[in-house]
Amino acid sequence: MGVRILFLGPLRDLAGEQEREVPGPLDWAGLLEAVGPAIAEQLNEERVNVACDGKVMADKTVLAARDGDEVALLPPVSGG
Amino acid sequence: MARLSLSAPLDVRLLDKGLSVGEALAAFNAAHGEAGGIVSFLGKVRPDGDVKALELSHYEKLTLAGMKDLAQAAYDRFNLVGALAWHRIGMMRPGEPIVLVATAARHRRNAFEAADYLMDHLKSAAWFWKRERRSDGWHWIEPRDRDRIDLERWK
Repeated sequence: MGVRILFLGPLRDLAGEQEREVPGPLDWAGLLEAVGPAIAEQLNEERVNVACDGKVMADKTVLAARDGDEVALLPPVSGG
Repeated sequence: MARLSLSAPLDVRLLDKGLSVGEALAAFNAAHGEAGGIVSFLGKVRPDGDVKALELSHYEKLTLAGMKDLAQAAYDRFNLVGALAWHRIGMMRPGEPIVLVATAARHRRNAFEAADYLMDHLKSAAWFWKRERRSDGWHWIEPRDRDRIDLERWK
């Protein structure tokens, strides 16, 4: 059981898939590497949030996901 | 038909198919006999140019919990008797309901303001992503400045 990375909203299109499983543990550098340069560029933007295990991180760069955790990449929500 | 049963004082739902506004409001009214007034807002998929469909996606672990926190915040802030916040997910067509908010309070001003507050936050601070299908394919909807300004009003 690894770490599940979930791509939400438009990031799903960019990733070409809804989720990906990578071996844990996973830190910020590991995440950027695992998702590839296009998504990493988005992740480096302040407006993209990261949730680990169902909680939005105040500081995503201190990510420390373990096996079994779900890491969700949350682009800005749509307006209307 | 059995009457729709609502949880009180807060009823918050994600719905993957159509909602019956009349039924929801009747049940909400019945659940809050002590209210002096009820305000409701129904948001619909805007019939806009060549938009054929709107798809709303969410994140299971955050979206509903966030909506519940929001309803609780409105309840506390505006001294409500009750609140209802229902949001559609999935595929919708122009003209279809997308969100229903109802607020019950002892006095009307609180009910009006709470409904406005709930809508501003559901629009720009709840975890939903929207894309629309036009004749040339799917387009993701970006955040708008207007939504951010609306949200600032409550800070």
